[in-house]
Amino acid sequence: MAQQESWGTRVGLILAMAGNAVGLGNFLRFPVQAVNNGGGAFIIPYLVCFLLMGIPLLWIEWSMGRFGGRSNNHSTPFILDTMTKRAFWKYFGVFGIFTNIAVAAYYCYIESWTMSYVYHSIVGTFDGLSQSQVTQFFSQYVDIAHSHTGIPYEAVVFYVLCLLLNTWILSRGLAGVERAAKIGMPLLILFGVFLALRGLTLGTSGASAEVPTASAWDGLNFLWTPQFDSLADPKVWLAAAGQIFFTLSVGMGTIHCYAAYVRSKDDIALNAVSAGFMNEFVEVVLGSLIVIPIAAGYLGLDWVKENAGFGMAFQTMPFLFEKWGPFLSAAAGVMWFGLLFFAGITSSLAMGTPWMGFMRDEFGWGRVKGAWTFGLIVLLLGLPTVIFFQHGVFDEYDYWAGTVALVVFALAETILFAWVFGMDRGWKELMSGSDLQVPTVYKFIIKYVTPAMLLLVFVGALVTPAGNDWPGAMSSLLSGGGWELDNSSIVRTIANTGLHQQLAAATDAAEITRLQDRLFYTNLARAILLLTFAGLAFLVYLAAMRRMKNTSTTAA
Amino acid sequence: MNSSALLLMVLTQLSVIAITGYFFYRVYTAPPKPEPDSYSENDPD
Repeated sequence: MAQQESWGTRVGLILAMAGNAVGLGNFLRFPVQAVNNGGGAFIIPYLVCFLLMGIPLLWIEWSMGRFGGRSNNHSTPFILDTMTKRAFWKYFGVFGIFTNIAVAAYYCYIESWTMSYVYHSIVGTFDGLSQSQVTQFFSQYVDIAHSHTGIPYEAVVFYVLCLLLNTWILSRGLAGVERAAKIGMPLLILFGVFLALRGLTLGTSGASAEVPTASAWDGLNFLWTPQFDSLADPKVWLAAAGQIFFTLSVGMGTIHCYAAYVRSKDDIALNAVSAGFMNEFVEVVLGSLIVIPIAAGYLGLDWVKENAGFGMAFQTMPFLFEKWGPFLSAAAGVMWFGLLFFAGITSSLAMGTPWMGFMRDEFGWGRVKGAWTFGLIVLLLGLPTVIFFQHGVFDEYDYWAGTVALVVFALAETILFAWVFGMDRGWKELMSGSDLQVPTVYKFIIKYVTPAMLLLVFVGALVTPAGNDWPGAMSSLLSGGGWELDNSSIVRTIANTGLHQQLAAATDAAEITRLQDRLFYTNLARAILLLTFAGLAFLVYLAAMRRMKNTSTTAA
Repeated sequence: MNSSALLLMVLTQLSVIAITGYFFYRVYTAPPKPEPDSYSENDPD
């Protein structure tokens, strides 16, 4: 039987948990969500959702993990199984392994971009490139046939290197994960503080003949000026809830896994809020002071309004750093892509631990075997996202595994914890060994408010109205005009309605072929994800059979 | 920056920094639990 693992220090555990939560979204998703949803006023629903949904979910997952760990369970299928007599819950727990494997498959690809961009920043690939050339560099990079280093299939090589690094660290067990967090998190914060100070002090010094009115202050104004009327818009609240949900890495099964190594007499309540607030520090303080102000400082606010999005990190920032001179631009590139790399790897390492914990608990696998099989599965699942990136395989993985599955699992586990396991037992578990007196109002919040908010987030995504216009959809429904769905709603996404509409409207033969390819690869990605889930569910079934057999043998 | 944006930014960021610092202070100053605990680096040799 494989040896029992443990965390080295309490701070190491908190840094690993914070590293799990801090991801690329802290720097790239949060500021974009803020500017698209009421600027400074967004912070109000955001913080309310953090207190009413984020922190309760952290406490729920830490408590469930530690409770399951007491029976030597380190992954969600059998953590959930210990909390109830109903056998089907362990199949809900499959989400806690499936999501991690599927998300790691494409997440490691983004992580490999950051590795590659660190390299290109050091060797000066971006020196003297125009903005459009930097944008083109990225497009060519993800079109894997191109190479900027002379290495054939450069994107694939960096992806495999990134996976090898993850696998090697994972093969060192919790000690490897903890060491990576102890190195990565302080460096991430150091790099982030440097770039944030630059964003805060850039002012109007980046204005040029092309953009004479460019000002970083405009970017900060845009981000922080409160538009209080937006608080009445359900879309803003749903966006805030969604951001809190994704930034904390809840609904994935990684928190359960990390917490399963904590003994019942040790604190989890204070650990959970410490890790949660560390994530908020990185997101609200550092995340808001880098991309938007620096981009507005050189390219102007109008450009930011039109182009705010995930792509800015790779398609714009290297060009802007070039304006800081040869040495500083290389240093800034290393810091920016370095902090994204550390944000990424501390999350992707967490994604490997549920699989390793499950295989060790149920089949006696050692950590080396667990880590290398995780790497191999991720490679096999991830290669389609690398090779067919332009055909939307990446987006499908992100939507189903990285978005929908998280909400479904979080809703299920909250119901299990508060209503099936029971709030009184759950509270007792949370407070066991606690170094923090949690206000008892959270018993009510966890039982009623958090599941209600999760249900709203899920229903909001399931039946998103056309144009995300909730007031308009409500009045249309009440006046008998029906509820027109948006193509981004889960219902219409399943049916590929948007793609079918585009196909029906297309007249150009090349465009029709492109859309047909997209439809094919979309369905292929879904089939891969479904097969992965089914395979994992079968492993859980086998493990349950083994447990039953072992129990009857012991009894005999 | 306009004053409402500046005020909101400073208030929010200082609050988040203060609360994060407070919780970390609590973690550092919490008395250790008797052995065996969850952390291996403070185990007796």
